[in-house]
Amino acid sequence: MSLARIPRELLVLVVFLLSALGLCLQSALAADKAGDTASTVVSSSNPIEQALLDVKSEDAVVRGKAVALLIEKGDASLIPKLDEIRAEADRAVRQAIKPVIDLLKNHANLTSEQPDTRRSAAADLVGTGRPEAITWLEEAAAKEQVWWVKYTMEESARLIQLRSEDQGVRLVAAKKLGDLKSQNGLSALKEFVEAGAQSGATNEQRALADAAQVSIGQIDSWYWWASAIETMFRGVSLSSILLIMSLGLAVVFGLMGVINMAHGELMMIGAYATFVTQQAFIGWFSPDVFDWYFPVALPIAFLSAALFGWVLEATVIRFLYGRLLETLLATWGVSLILMQAARVYFGDLTAVIAPQALRGGAQVMVGVYLPYNRIFIIILSIICVLGIYFLLFRSNLGIRVRSVTQNRNMSACLGIPTRKVDSYTFAFASGLAGIAGWALTMVGNVDPGLGQNYIVDAFMVVVTGGVGKLAGAIWASLGIGGLNKLIEPVSGAVYGKVFILVGVILFLQWRPQGLYAAKGRNADA
Amino acid sequence: MPEQVVTHQGSRETLSFYAVGVLFLIVVPLLNVLPAEDSWLHISDFRLNQFGKFLAFAILALGLDLIWGYCGVLSMGQGVFFGFGAYCMGMYLSLQIGKESVYGSDLPDFMVWTQVKELPLFWYPFKSFLGGFLGAILVPVLFATIFGFLAFRSRIKGVYFAIITQALAFAAWLVFNRNETRLGGTNGLTDFKQLLGFRLSDPSTQRGLYILTVLALAASYMLCRWIIASRAGNVLIAIRDSESRVTFSGYTPWMYKLFVFVVAAGLAGLSGMLYVPQVGIITPAQIGVLPSLEVVIWVAVGGRGTLIGAILGAVAVNYGRSVLTNYFPEAWPFILGGLFVIVVTMFPDGLVGMIRKLSERKKPHRPLIKAEGSTAA
Amino acid sequence: MTDRDLILNCENVVVDYDGFKALNNCNFSVYYNELRVVIGPNGAGKTTLLDVICGKTKPTSGKVIFDKGINLVGKNAEDITKLGVGRKFQAPSIYSNLSVWQNLDLSVKRASKGVFSTLMGRSSPTERERIDETLETIGLSDHVHDRAGSLSHGQKQWLEIGMVILQDPSLLLVDEPVAGMSDKETEQTGRLLTALSEKQAIVVIEHDMDFVRQIARIVTVLAEGTVICEGTVETVQANDRVREIYLGRAKVAH
Repeated sequence: MSLARIPRELLVLVVFLLSALGLCLQSALAADKAGDTASTVVSSSNPIEQALLDVKSEDAVVRGKAVALLIEKGDASLIPKLDEIRAEADRAVRQAIKPVIDLLKNHANLTSEQPDTRRSAAADLVGTGRPEAITWLEEAAAKEQVWWVKYTMEESARLIQLRSEDQGVRLVAAKKLGDLKSQNGLSALKEFVEAGAQSGATNEQRALADAAQVSIGQIDSWYWWASAIETMFRGVSLSSILLIMSLGLAVVFGLMGVINMAHGELMMIGAYATFVTQQAFIGWFSPDVFDWYFPVALPIAFLSAALFGWVLEATVIRFLYGRLLETLLATWGVSLILMQAARVYFGDLTAVIAPQALRGGAQVMVGVYLPYNRIFIIILSIICVLGIYFLLFRSNLGIRVRSVTQNRNMSACLGIPTRKVDSYTFAFASGLAGIAGWALTMVGNVDPGLGQNYIVDAFMVVVTGGVGKLAGAIWASLGIGGLNKLIEPVSGAVYGKVFILVGVILFLQWRPQGLYAAKGRNADA
Repeated sequence: MPEQVVTHQGSRETLSFYAVGVLFLIVVPLLNVLPAEDSWLHISDFRLNQFGKFLAFAILALGLDLIWGYCGVLSMGQGVFFGFGAYCMGMYLSLQIGKESVYGSDLPDFMVWTQVKELPLFWYPFKSFLGGFLGAILVPVLFATIFGFLAFRSRIKGVYFAIITQALAFAAWLVFNRNETRLGGTNGLTDFKQLLGFRLSDPSTQRGLYILTVLALAASYMLCRWIIASRAGNVLIAIRDSESRVTFSGYTPWMYKLFVFVVAAGLAGLSGMLYVPQVGIITPAQIGVLPSLEVVIWVAVGGRGTLIGAILGAVAVNYGRSVLTNYFPEAWPFILGGLFVIVVTMFPDGLVGMIRKLSERKKPHRPLIKAEGSTAA
Repeated sequence: MTDRDLILNCENVVVDYDGFKALNNCNFSVYYNELRVVIGPNGAGKTTLLDVICGKTKPTSGKVIFDKGINLVGKNAEDITKLGVGRKFQAPSIYSNLSVWQNLDLSVKRASKGVFSTLMGRSSPTERERIDETLETIGLSDHVHDRAGSLSHGQKQWLEIGMVILQDPSLLLVDEPVAGMSDKETEQTGRLLTALSEKQAIVVIEHDMDFVRQIARIVTVLAEGTVICEGTVETVQANDRVREIYLGRAKVAH
């Protein structure tokens, strides 16, 4: 636990120091320039110098003028000076200076190297409501390359314009916000509508209300779609988590007739393997290569879970083939032991820091934000499905595995080492659980209860999908994951789960063997 | 020499049943009252109360044994029915607290915290003891009837049924944890004061509850034995052995499964009802996935398919737990998990099987449950 | 004979397992009090045919008319059993953990097999007598209280036959009854089946041609899911298509 904290704090410290250093350099350079001008123009007639003095005035009018001037003419180089002034000044002066500093900072940040910084500067400028900011934003937007940043700049400019005195400007801004599908504009637009609906409303207000109403309609319909897309994405992402977990389960259940209740704990092993790899990178390697821990952890997670699965098969499972309920109980015991072992050894809560590439997300369109870690899991689950498909249905190994499933004795007669096939299959499925655990570190904490959190859902997938076909697991996880996310906003997570259970029971009324039941003369076996 | 089937009316078993009954019903309470406190014969109030709890668990185990041990249907959701019984009794007891509560309100304390102003409607029946008593049996029975009907009629079998019941336990745990269900949320129901006017803190009340539990256990045992000895009992075993043959003999297996599932749920409710006043608290932690599975391990350790085994297992495992958690609190999950693995792989007949094996050492070993061909899956 | 004399009439029965037609437009009928033997190579659909009749498998299409015009398709197995169709499976299907007596007692035909009547029910003297008789018939009188699972393979087969007899079926479906039996046991089984056919119709699936010759009057040959020939053993053996499809491959020589 403490180990995980230290590097993060270190990281924050490093970033902080670096940025501080950068700022110092910048202001030092700026100060040099200021020094140059000061020496040529001589004395106090420099308006900015004057304004810096006036800001400290006790007269509110003088102060106001100085603030306006500073905002109009000033730049980021003034910030250190203003900070100095603020540190010494009384409350009224501090309040006057605060917006100046904010504006100048944000103005400077509009041309920052980082798109995220530019974007948040643009968003922050709305709060100041200063008309000067409109031109800054428009200029910045004209030069901007990243569409999402450009969008925010334009949106911010329009939002400020909404507060303009000029009816024409407001009308245009209200209309443009509608075109932009600006969700941030909704509350202001609604205010216009309310003002226009009042009995004493002027014609101007009514016209504005009409324009606002149209824009609100545009925005609302857009966001209905956007939220539908996001819900769908969340559904697919949950589905892929479920799928990636239930794949291993489905393989051992379908191919070996084993219910592995310890599957969740094998995932936990994969997750802890990832965590340990991360700690090793922190301990032994330079921070530059830190992000590499994640790909390195993949084979480690797979192998450690597979190794454990291999041992489990050799010591417990193999005595229980053909006795489903017994495998279920014995593996439950194993899962209890593993969980407690993790709790004793690792403690209760640890987390893995996502590599840079998986942090944040993509703003694919207005109102639709897709986190990278979720996209990653969706892609991974697709890769896993394809991998299993090729391994089982397009490789020699797969033929052996399936032949043992269908007729153990005949396979043995044909010289297939059935014992080996059993243990490799089980180890492989356990390795899949390890991969699932590896991936899950990107969406949640690593803790001893990790397996338990998902295992019930994963089993629901297997039960609903039916035994023996990959397609069953895929469709069932899509169904359950999608339904879950569809119900959740209405009913809350807990009742969502209850509904899913009821849904699965009702579904099994219709198809007791799941979506893809085994058919033919061995159906009852 | 071919094996003979042991009939359940064996006179030796009847005799030992009465002997053990008298021991628990009369001797144990007397040992609590009569000997001096420092005598080695003395059973402390604490021990007696604890033992009462174990015997309440034994009733729960009997129910599971009936459905799993005899009929081969593994329910991993018995804790839910236990919870229904316990909560029904707990609701009655909560309403008996009255003005003695921390806030001096007529409402249970947790409702005061969560700002419930009026008693929710579904609490009203539990104002009377009869409501609590009947609820503790009927709620689980009713619920099991609906759930079992849906599950068994559509022929959800074997592991499918086990997994569905596990999901049920999980879902019930989630729901009981919520505050808006008005059942005390995570903290459950506790701080009970009296039952039918008897103070629960009074040792004599606890003694009375202990005796009641012994009687209830004896009655449950006889009920189960009666079922097992009847032709219906044979049908249950027949379903475990070969469900399709049962169908082709003209029986409808799912009705039998439903019947035995409902009986097991009723027993679980009874067990929960007896548990609450003796332990003094019921929380969602008692009804989740793990508590439900622990019942399975009691029966497996004792020996499934024998009623004595279920009782023995419940008492032995719980006693072991109370001793061990005292000395090694972190070790219990390891031991529980280890028990699961060892019993399932090496001693499928549990303690009773081992005892039988020892007593019949010269005869060939006969498993209580013989898996022939495919199993209950 | 007319259709009125048919106890069983399967019309155009199709069973389709994902494209594999286990039964393909199968037409098959049996008269009252007839002992019919069904033969055919592996995978011909013999067991599937019995599965369809007794309700274990739902046919994709077709009709199964039983007794006086009752269509069995769509009925569940226990109802079909109650109507009077008994089934003896290929692998002995008995209750291993019950005694021989209990096995038989459960199978006796009774008015109600519901939970509560079973819970309360005691065997009546006539039922006990019938069980004793059956025990005699199947030669297990000495094993009344033995665990059924401890019987020998042949004894298990006989026990299952006994269980089916006690159900009083008007149509008895028997799947390979003599598999794994000694010659003596086989002969006894043959005599038993012949005796039973005095009172009820019996359909037997069998591979053992000696046994077929011993019991059969009419033989039906099934191949690739359809009936290809029907008649006495001699007619069937003389049939060219049968020789080609079935006899050419199997141990017909004797």
